[in-house]
Amino acid sequence: MGSEMAPDFPSHLLELEALTRGQIEALLSLAARFKRERARARAGEAPSDRRGLLRGRNVITLFFENSTRTRSSFEVAAKALGADVLSFQKDASSVAKGESLEDTVRNLDAIGADALVVRHPAAGAPRLVARVVRASVINAGDGAHEHPTQGLLDALSLRERWGTVEGKTVAIVGDIAHSRVARSNIHCLSKLGARVRVGGPSTLIPAGIERLGCAVARSLKEALTGADAVMALRIQNERIADARLPGARDYARTWGLNARTLEMLPRDALVLHPGPVNRGVELSSDVLDSPRSLVMDQVDSGVAVRMAALALCLRAEVPP
Amino acid sequence: MIILDSGRVIDPRNGVDGVRTVLIDGDHVREVREQPATPAEKLVHQVIDCRGRWVLPGLVDLHVHLREPGEEGKETIATGARAAAAGGVTTVVAMPNTRPVCDSAALARFVAARGREAGFARVLPAGAITRGSLGEQLADMAELKEAGCVCVTDDGRPVMSAGVMRRALEYARDVGVPVMVHAEDLTLSASGAMNEGPVATRLGLAGIPAAAEVAMVQRDLLLAEMTGARLHVAHVSAQGSVRALREAKARGVRVTAEAAPHHFTLTEESVAGVPPAAHAGQPAGEPYDTHAKMNPPLRAESDRQAVVAALEEGIIDAIATDHAPHGPLDKQVEFVQAATGVIGLETSLALTLLLVRSGELTLSRAVERLTAGPARCFDLPYGTLGASAPADVIVVDAEREWKVDPQRSWSRSRNTPFAGWTLRGKVVRTFVGGKLVHEEGK
Repeated sequence: MGSEMAPDFPSHLLELEALTRGQIEALLSLAARFKRERARARAGEAPSDRRGLLRGRNVITLFFENSTRTRSSFEVAAKALGADVLSFQKDASSVAKGESLEDTVRNLDAIGADALVVRHPAAGAPRLVARVVRASVINAGDGAHEHPTQGLLDALSLRERWGTVEGKTVAIVGDIAHSRVARSNIHCLSKLGARVRVGGPSTLIPAGIERLGCAVARSLKEALTGADAVMALRIQNERIADARLPGARDYARTWGLNARTLEMLPRDALVLHPGPVNRGVELSSDVLDSPRSLVMDQVDSGVAVRMAALALCLRAEVPP
Repeated sequence: MIILDSGRVIDPRNGVDGVRTVLIDGDHVREVREQPATPAEKLVHQVIDCRGRWVLPGLVDLHVHLREPGEEGKETIATGARAAAAGGVTTVVAMPNTRPVCDSAALARFVAARGREAGFARVLPAGAITRGSLGEQLADMAELKEAGCVCVTDDGRPVMSAGVMRRALEYARDVGVPVMVHAEDLTLSASGAMNEGPVATRLGLAGIPAAAEVAMVQRDLLLAEMTGARLHVAHVSAQGSVRALREAKARGVRVTAEAAPHHFTLTEESVAGVPPAAHAGQPAGEPYDTHAKMNPPLRAESDRQAVVAALEEGIIDAIATDHAPHGPLDKQVEFVQAATGVIGLETSLALTLLLVRSGELTLSRAVERLTAGPARCFDLPYGTLGASAPADVIVVDAEREWKVDPQRSWSRSRNTPFAGWTLRGKVVRTFVGGKLVHEEGK
C-alpha cells in the first residue's frame, strides 16, 4: 500500500520545501496508521507487527551534533520496522580537521547502508551526502535549514487534534533565525493550507522570512491573537553571548508563553514545543503541563512519522 | 614586424573604434592606421588577417590571486599567467595574500621574476598594507614600491582598525602608491556565508548584510579624503557602495573602484542553484553550490544592476576578476566550510560582453573598463594601442560561441560558477610585448 499511496515519494527526505501536498499527506496518513498501531500495542491489544517491513535493511544514524531525542526516535522507528540500526556520533569540528564529510559517508555507504539519517550543523550537508551515496538520505536537521520530520510530526499532532490543519492559524514564536524547525513548519503547514505567523524579537527574525509564505508578527499579542495554536521555540544561551538578546528574563517578559500571556490566545488553542524546553523562559511550567499542551503527543507522533519516512523512502510495501 | 590587418580596433583610450591595421614593431605598437596591409608589407612582414575580428588592447586585471608562493597546488604564477593569456589578460596584479604574505621587497621581486620567466602576461606584484596583513604594523611600502609593487592591499583581510588605516593611507600617499581595500566590516559579516536576505533565510545560511561592505567603503572614503591618499575599492558588490563612491568622486576624493564579473552577472539566487533570469537558458546549479560562494557574496538583483550602471557611468573604473583558485578539498564540502572565491581569468571578456548584448553596457565602455580604466587606476602604461605603447594586443572572435569547460581551463583550479555556460566571444590571439603568448586551438 505504501507504494500505491505515494508512487512518487522521493528516495531522499531532504526538505519539506521540495515536497508536494500530496506527498506530505501520504506520509502523514501512513504515520497516523503507525501511531494508532503503537497506541493499541501499548494498550495491550493485539499489535500489528511491522517488523517485516525493513527486515534485513541497514539504517545508519549519523549525527554530527548532540541529540538524544531525535536520534532515539529514529532508532526506535527503524527497529519497529525490523531494520538493523547502527549509530554514529561524530563531532563536526574534529571531522573538519580530518576526514571530509564526503569521505565519511562514502565509507558508510560502502558498509551497506540502506538509509542514512543525517544531522549536521551545516545547512545543506544532507544534500551533499545524497549526492555521493546510493543510500536514501533522511535529513534529521541541518543547521538552520530544515528538520523535515519535526515539521511532519507537528502537522500530524495538529491534524489529529483538529481533523485538518486547513484554514487554521499557527503562530511560531521565538528564535526564528536559527530555527530549522520553524522553516520546516512554515513549508509543511502552508502546503497543507494553514496560515503561519512567526514572531520574536527583531534580532531573531531573519531577513525576508515572509517570502517563505508566512506573516511576521511584531509583538506577542499580534502573534497570538486569533491563533489556533502556538509553537514556542527554544531560546539558546548563545543568543545572549552573540548580542541578540539581553537575557532570558527580558525575553520571558516580552515573548515568553505563560498563563498571563496565554490570555491573548483563544481558550481552545493548542501549545507546542519541539523540545527540549527551557522551563520559565519560552514556556512556563504551568502551560507546558496543561491539557492544551501537545508536547508529549509530539514525541509520540515523532516515532510514527519517522517510521513512515523510512518506509516510504526505502519503498517498503506496507500491507493494509 | 607583425601586422594585424584590418580588424575592428576598439581602443577607448585613443578614441578609436573602426577598421584599422595595427603595426607591431618589436615590443611596441608602431602605428594604428586605416590603410590595410600593402602587398609589399605582406611579402616582408608577418601579416595576420584580422578581418571580421576585433583587435583590442590586452586586458588589465587588477585583482588576481596566483597562490604562489605557498599554495602551488591551487595555482602557480606560470599557470595563472597562462590562463590570463588565454583570457586575453595581458597584465595581472598579483594579490599579496600568499604564504608567506608578500610584505617584503624580496617576495615582491620573486613574484615579478616568476612572472617574467613564465612570460605569458605581465605579472605585477601588489604588496601588503600591513606586516603579514595582520592589520597592526605598516609594511615597508617604500621598499615594496621600489621592488615593483603597483599598489598595497591586505586583500581578504580588511584593516579593521580605522587608526591603522588612517596611518597607512598617509604613509602610502607619501610613498606614492595606491591603497586597494577589501571593504568588509568583519563584525557585521560575522559568521555569514552568503548575502543576507530571503535566499539565505530560505537556505538556513547566516547572512552577510550589504552594510558590512558599505560601512567600510564609507570609512575608507572618509579617511582617503582626510589624508589625500589614493584609494582603490576592490570588488564592489553593493548598491550602497556605488552610492558612496558616486558622492565621493563628486567631492573630488581620489578614489577608483573595480567590479568582478561574477558580481555583475550572478545574484544570490545562484547559491540556491538558480541561474539569473537574464540567463535562464544557462545550466542550473545545485542548491548550496559552493562555486557561488564568494567574498563579498553575490548580492541581490538591485545590487547587480547598480554595479552595472556604475560601470557604464564610470563610477566603477575597472573590471577585475578576483581570480581565486581553490581545489576540490576547499570546495566539495559543506557550504559554510567552503573557501570563498572563483576563477575568472578565462571568462572575464565573454561575461562582460553579455552585458553589452543585453544592452546594459555600451561596447566602448566595456572595453575601456577592461583596459584603459584599470590601467589608469594604478598609472600603468598598458591598456592602450597608442603609438609606441607596449604591444599588448588581443584578437577576438566576437561571435564565436563556446562552452565553459572547467576541465579545459588553463588554470590549475576548476572552481568556476560558469561551468557549462555557453558564452560568445573568444580570444584567438594574445600578444604581450609583441610576443604571441596564446593562440586559440594551439
